[in-house]
Amino acid sequence: MPSPTRVIHKRIYEVAPRDLERAGTVSTAVRRELLALGMTPDIVRRASIICFEGEMNMVLYSEGGRIILLVRDDRVELLFSDRGPGIADIDLASQPGYSTAPDWARELGFGAGFGINNMEQNSDLFKIRSRVGEGTVVRATILLGIPFF
Amino acid sequence: MELRKVIAEIGITTLVGADLAREVRGGYCSDLLSDVLAHAQAGDLWITHQRHLNVIAVAKLRDVAGVVFPRGLRPSADVAARAQAEGVNLLIAEGTAFEVAGKLYRFLHP
Ligand SMILES: Nc1ncnc2c1ncn2[C@@H]1O[C@H](COP(=O)(O)OP(=O)(O)OP(=O)(O)O)[C@@H](O)[C@H]1O
Ligand SMILES: [Mg+2]
Repeated sequence: MPSPTRVIHKRIYEVAPRDLERAGTVSTAVRRELLALGMTPDIVRRASIICFEGEMNMVLYSEGGRIILLVRDDRVELLFSDRGPGIADIDLASQPGYSTAPDWARELGFGAGFGINNMEQNSDLFKIRSRVGEGTVVRATILLGIPFF
Repeated sequence: MELRKVIAEIGITTLVGADLAREVRGGYCSDLLSDVLAHAQAGDLWITHQRHLNVIAVAKLRDVAGVVFPRGLRPSADVAARAQAEGVNLLIAEGTAFEVAGKLYRFLHP
């Protein structure tokens, strides 16, 4: 295990379920925090997209949870943890186009089934852990430099 | 191309003009938010029929040059207020999405 790098910045955000009015506020806040920390536009964009997709999934599918933004010397980490139904088949849920979004969400433009794929595409390291009936934890990491030294 | 020139040329109207000096590099047409996050590019004009609050968040995160609502569709006042606060340009076109996209394409790629 590499030694853990120094934490520069940490924020915890609560996410309420099915609150589409407020949905998107965490990703907007994370974007602002990273800009204030002087992150490059590319890092800010990738982290914001990851955060939006993770936040929307928590709002649409879980019973609520929290998002933790952790900025370290060499990486930006986003942790999403929720209480909820969990994901029975993570490989299936990660497939582009797979969605169980209800009709009311589809009418609002959700449910393309690209969310998890977008999170993965914008991450350098990506992991989902889930227990059916308990909840889901997603960890997305963006490396800030070349991770070899 | 500067957004204010695009607006004048393709005949769309400004609902929220947060930054009309913004450079427009292209366009993207979609009503699916994840699809826009995956495929739209910074500086695109995003043409969509969706007009709820999350559209403003997606527009901001994806850094599009503005959002164009076709067929004269108007978002509610709270959506416009959020766009203003976040600095997102909102535009309204009388024509269909197909017509706006066509005009924009022809203007950007003469
Ligand atoms: N936190 C979660 N808890 C339970 N199920 C989830 C969670 N996140 C995702 N899922 C399941 O995984 C599926 C795929 O998620 P993904 O984000 O890729 O697509 P989507 O949310 O359906 O559509 P989109 O993100 O394109 O709007 C969801 O439809 C849902 O069934
Ligand atoms: Mg999703």
